[in-house]
Amino acid sequence: MTERKLFRFKGIGLRTRENLYGYGFVFLWIIGFVVFTMVPLVQTFLFSVNQVTVTATGIDLRPVQWDNYSRALVTDPTFVGLLIEYVIETLVSVPIAIIFSLIIALFLNMNFKFKGFFRTIFFLPVVITSGPVIQELTAQGATSVPGVANLGAITEFLSTLPSYLSNPVEYLLTSFIQILWFSGVQILIYLSSLQKIDKSLYEAASIDGASAWESFWKITLPSLSTTTIINAAYTIITLSHFSENKVIKYIYNQTYAVQGGIGYAGAMSFLYFFVLLLLLAVTFLVLSPRREKRR
Amino acid sequence: MVKKPDLTKIKTFLLGSRTNYGMIFTVLLYTLLLAIGFVYLYPLLFMLVTSMKSPTDLLNPMVQWVPTTIYLGNYEKALRVLDYSNTLVSSILVSVLPSLITAAVCSLVGYGLARYRFAGKNIIFALILATFIIPAQNTVIPQMLMYKDLGLLGNILALILPALFGQGYRSAIFILIFYQTFLSFPKVLEEAARLDGASDLRIFFQVALPAAAPAFIISIIFSTVWYWNETYLTSIFLEGGIQTLPMQLGKFTQAYENLYPPGMVNIFDRLNEAVKLAGTFLNILPLLVMYFLLQKWFVESVDRSGITGE
Repeated sequence: MTERKLFRFKGIGLRTRENLYGYGFVFLWIIGFVVFTMVPLVQTFLFSVNQVTVTATGIDLRPVQWDNYSRALVTDPTFVGLLIEYVIETLVSVPIAIIFSLIIALFLNMNFKFKGFFRTIFFLPVVITSGPVIQELTAQGATSVPGVANLGAITEFLSTLPSYLSNPVEYLLTSFIQILWFSGVQILIYLSSLQKIDKSLYEAASIDGASAWESFWKITLPSLSTTTIINAAYTIITLSHFSENKVIKYIYNQTYAVQGGIGYAGAMSFLYFFVLLLLLAVTFLVLSPRREKRR
Repeated sequence: MVKKPDLTKIKTFLLGSRTNYGMIFTVLLYTLLLAIGFVYLYPLLFMLVTSMKSPTDLLNPMVQWVPTTIYLGNYEKALRVLDYSNTLVSSILVSVLPSLITAAVCSLVGYGLARYRFAGKNIIFALILATFIIPAQNTVIPQMLMYKDLGLLGNILALILPALFGQGYRSAIFILIFYQTFLSFPKVLEEAARLDGASDLRIFFQVALPAAAPAFIISIIFSTVWYWNETYLTSIFLEGGIQTLPMQLGKFTQAYENLYPPGMVNIFDRLNEAVKLAGTFLNILPLLVMYFLLQKWFVESVDRSGITGE
């Protein structure tokens, strides 16, 4: 009651007042969303169902319905291949990035000498992962596991495998460090939620005779399930938005190509977006804790 | 009988007790840390060593990790090819200005979401997440056409305008950081100020903002780093007007051959990987300096500002 009286002034009710001020603070963002995200998104979609030609006076649209989409999926010899490659690479990278960032976060959550030194190393990639830098390093062979990728025995072994198996393994060997370099922010996220776990839980467990190993599986890991979903989503999104991503490069090149054009690139962008959403949905289904199972 | 306590001592020494980890675990821990640390540092070490190799060292298969002389000629060439002083200044402008604006606007939005209950707030949250997920190429062409109509292509305003309206690069993350920060503050101070007759805006600027300084520092640092490393949007919006360091690195080969035409120079001045890696190192050098100066902020205040959105 007192609160209500407190906020009431000039005859405006609390509800209206909160609504007004709330929207006042968010106002800029809403305009920005409409102008810089929603309208361009809708426009890109319109382009994608048209044949777009850029003329001196403006843009010429000729409706072609779903032709651009069917062309990308059926006729184009490279797009679907790149898309599948992207899905496989993402599915290989995400678990590795997650597991490594969890391990490193667990290490950094402990107390030991020279912790600051190791922390400095593990967060370094956050600062330096940009497209051209990664591209240069990959081109000079600096991102493959030192020595392993070039071993004769391994290349020999890989050549005996069918390509759907050997491609992911080869990707893993040549870009292992690159995958690790994408896990800086994830380490931070894991670390901050590790520090939020109540210390008394561990004490209670150790009084009950649980070993550190047991408390890791029974306390630490279950507390991190939400964080793992966040991290997996973050990994997928950053990998998919990375400017050296082959699908993105292909779409970018097609935008200005004679054979391609803005409409075709738009259609491919939406197909790519759809696959990205699908990947995110699968991740959520796989990682969300199953409550029904425990009865 | 005498031996028994000694055994327990050895056991504690090796396997640890309640207060320390024990020898076996400690050795294992440092081995793993060093191994992972090496894997992380390997590309950087490789880059640093290779960039200091003279052309003769590069051709000599005996020289792997220790160059015979420290050769800085690669850096001289890379500085020229990158047009370093100009691209460095524009890179700093292009990354610092939008990130300052992003932090300011995101703090406003985050505060509004954290402190007021209003209709449609959940929809706005969903849309904020959507801006993080939607790939840039789904919106970039109409944006580019719009800037072209406004005559803003190649102008830094093409990056500043979206930032001003909360649509900067990865703004969603910073909105969530500020939302989390303001949510964790007790409301008492703000209510006391309201009792004293302060307006909502004044409460925001004088009570809430000063307390959110760590969130500001984190947001500005991360935003600067991400804008610095961003090349997709910058190459579309700024091409022809402003040249940033990563953009110039992206066309290093072309720029090198303009300065040192392959047919005109002797074999030692041809483009080699040492020069390329010198360029790459010069590219990340400013970020490395910033990282070592500010690294406490990268790590320590993340838990304070609660980067996770639970």
